[in-house]
Amino acid sequence: MSTHEYDAIVVGGGHNGLTHAAYLAKAGLRTLVLEKNGGVGGAAITEELLPGFHFTTFSYALSLLRPEIIHELDLVQHGFLPLMMPSSFHPTGDGGYLLFGDDHQANVQEIRRHSPRDADAYERYHYDLDRVCQAVRPLFDNPPPNIFGKDPDDAVDVKWLLDHLGGVEQKVMHDVVRLLTGSAADWLDDYFEHEAIKGYHASSSIIGSKVGPMSPGSGLVLLFHKMGEHDGHLGSWAFHKGGNGGFTQVLNRAAQAYGAEVRLGAQVTNLITQDGRAVGVALEDGTEFRAPVVVSALDPRRTFLDLCDPRELPLDLVDNVRRMKFRGVSAKVNFALDSLPVFPALPDTVDHFGGFLNIGPTIEYVERAFDAAKYGWYSERPFIDAAVQSVVDPDMAPPGKHVMSCFVQYAPYELRGSDWETERQAFGDKAQAVLESHFPGFGDLVLHREVVTPVDIEARTGLTEGNIFAGEFLAPQMYFFRPAPGWSQYATPLEGYYQCGSGTHPGGCVIGSPGRLASQRVLRDLGR
Amino acid sequence: MTPVRTTPFHPRLSELNDQGLYTHWQDTLSPLRYSHAPKHEYFAVRNSVGVFDTSPLYKYVVTGPDAERLLAGALVRDVRTCKPGQAHYTAWCDDRGRVMHDGVVFRHSADEFFLTAARPALSWFQELGSGMRVELEDVTEGYGMLAVQGPRSRTVLMELAPEAETLGYFDHVPVKIADTAVTLSRTGYTGDLGFELTVPEDRAVEVLDAVLEAGRPHSIRPFGEEALMTLRIEAGLPLIDIEWHDARLAMSDADTVTPKELGFGWMLRGVRDGSRRFVGSEAIRRELVDGTSRWATTGVVVDWADWDRLYRDAGHFPPKSEHPLPYESMILDADRSEVGYCTSFVYSPVLQRHIGIARVRPDLAAAGTELRLELAVDHHNTTVRIETTTMPFFDPPRKKEQWKKA
Repeated sequence: MSTHEYDAIVVGGGHNGLTHAAYLAKAGLRTLVLEKNGGVGGAAITEELLPGFHFTTFSYALSLLRPEIIHELDLVQHGFLPLMMPSSFHPTGDGGYLLFGDDHQANVQEIRRHSPRDADAYERYHYDLDRVCQAVRPLFDNPPPNIFGKDPDDAVDVKWLLDHLGGVEQKVMHDVVRLLTGSAADWLDDYFEHEAIKGYHASSSIIGSKVGPMSPGSGLVLLFHKMGEHDGHLGSWAFHKGGNGGFTQVLNRAAQAYGAEVRLGAQVTNLITQDGRAVGVALEDGTEFRAPVVVSALDPRRTFLDLCDPRELPLDLVDNVRRMKFRGVSAKVNFALDSLPVFPALPDTVDHFGGFLNIGPTIEYVERAFDAAKYGWYSERPFIDAAVQSVVDPDMAPPGKHVMSCFVQYAPYELRGSDWETERQAFGDKAQAVLESHFPGFGDLVLHREVVTPVDIEARTGLTEGNIFAGEFLAPQMYFFRPAPGWSQYATPLEGYYQCGSGTHPGGCVIGSPGRLASQRVLRDLGR
Repeated sequence: MTPVRTTPFHPRLSELNDQGLYTHWQDTLSPLRYSHAPKHEYFAVRNSVGVFDTSPLYKYVVTGPDAERLLAGALVRDVRTCKPGQAHYTAWCDDRGRVMHDGVVFRHSADEFFLTAARPALSWFQELGSGMRVELEDVTEGYGMLAVQGPRSRTVLMELAPEAETLGYFDHVPVKIADTAVTLSRTGYTGDLGFELTVPEDRAVEVLDAVLEAGRPHSIRPFGEEALMTLRIEAGLPLIDIEWHDARLAMSDADTVTPKELGFGWMLRGVRDGSRRFVGSEAIRRELVDGTSRWATTGVVVDWADWDRLYRDAGHFPPKSEHPLPYESMILDADRSEVGYCTSFVYSPVLQRHIGIARVRPDLAAAGTELRLELAVDHHNTTVRIETTTMPFFDPPRKKEQWKKA
């Protein structure tokens, strides 16, 4: 076994595992990444399902990725190339549409076309939300202080937090709380009158979460998505060259260039401990790898209940992790298309296909789609966040052909009275019917359809119950409490055992923060 | 006054322009952008294919037994090494060895050249050619020039002209596109794989239509001057009236530069040893021998963390604008003394960094020198950390790749 010794072992080669490994390797640690699948990327992969057609099977766009990671890991050197999404398109359900682009004044006019009253509300809305983001950002980009800790360092951290919050303006602080605790619908009602304009802005409030836009908590999901930025534009998204799989390949190259070793097809079955501290991991085939540092990039369920023996952990932690909500409600329906779909009101242009196609005309439409999920069934008319990536990145499909990624909600992990194997195609049909209603003739363009259910997400990526954020974005599962009270600083009760997945602060999306912040913790503990 | 002019491609390109924003480039309408997102046009060039209407350039045909002799005595680069079927990016100077204009010279045969120029230069060349057996003709309006640029430009043009497949960097070849005799050259101003088509003006729209049609499956789109600025800065290419001014029209010595100071040292083969003579070469020779260059042109890259900190500390979101700064800003050393100035500055989306073209004291030009760039935050002058670097900033292998016949 002596040949299998490392300074650090990272379990899971998703984007956080790779980011983490790159930082550790850059700091000089002999680092090994163990990935169960035949390729890295976790839920950020691109697959050529049909010759020339590249599908972003799961995750499909980039925004939350922290800019410092791009520079600190020199990702441009390794092929980092985020392509601008020039537009954002929202059919209003009555044959009309909202089409937003890169020109703020034009966007204001687009709002005004539907509601003169909402035009200046739109500017105020973005200003207020920007101020909230600015107030929250230091919390987002630093590890949460341990408010339960007794250490003098903890007191310093808590003071830092209180000082920061004390400097936030009264109105901004109130807005923060309204967003973190309230519903997106209530928040939007304070600004807009037009149903479709509210619907457009509500779309990011339900992504990956078992909430409707009227549910308290949807405000938090909306705010989280607004924390992203692309080339300095807050809340703006991009397609990475080659899809999000293209991005994780960049991370893979960076990690390896810094000296990390990546082993594929290496399913870790358990952590090996000795005298209450981690000393290595064992694979399915019995192979053992030894290292004084083992870092799990898996979600909290797998990190605490599968990889290690819960009997070695404090009972309240085990209880909290067991109680943690995952409840995946998201599915993907991905298409290979013979040509671009046609939106009847815009027959001769491609500009509206430059970014997200937001199919959820009003808050009520999305809330009704959510209703089914409450009772264990999928939406009759689901919400769809679609993207024809080949318009922006022609390398994703053969010339003139296209790939269309559709993120579809709601698709609850557990179906009442049936299962996903039975419902897969029926669900795909529902999504396709919605597309057909907005893009007549859509069905005739379909060369291939891939339906990715929450069960598929869990089976292939390991994300518990197919929750795309490795634990829902609910207030009691964020910040100090992510993944569990007392364990939000990337360490675990087992010495030498750490966590760096999206189940830790700040959370999911292709963001890299958990991987980066966890690396700072590991290196600090090692005295580096 | 005559009404502002339009290019031969304008009838079609204006249909693709939903912005109505134009500059007057040589008194000719030149789009700033075609859509609301110049950055999207920029990515067409970096990731697929875009077209740019470069027709307003001045164009001269130089013919006759002494054509080579005239140009060899005027151009900074040795045009005698430019064989028929090749092209040179070049410049010309006044007798003090200060740069006037730049342009591209295409050699069609032993005694026939086609020269593009950034500024009008007919009388300059005519006077230099007086007494020589050479004819100069201004054909500026006779041709449209269309730049087809980006990684997919070759694939698109191969469908129209098989010659595009193996055409070498800065080579050109006569081809037929849309039943029209076109000069196809592997040239451009974007620093990427790219071509230019020189087209008789009365057939310009037909040729453009053929290019757009062949490009449609590849997401081809026209790009305007805003996208071009970002592209050419990434490519480290200087622009007249920004990086320098016509030496013959400069009011002060400080407003002129030598080819060496402008970063054109690579054009100066045979000058130091006096084996080659052209207008200004003797002054340049002395500059090289005596080491009297006042400036060196260099790239500068901004320290991202310092940039972000400056703005965040002031309560702002750090701007990352792909629109170049319109003003000159000073470069300082550690003691805050002025040691140079930045002439072009932009946020590069492909490099994820702010970059600039700058001129610094020659002893500070070695790549990796740490300096500071002046800028204003919240209406106060401050400085940000920068480092000198070689140019081009962005230089993909495809730009010069020599393909063999498949």
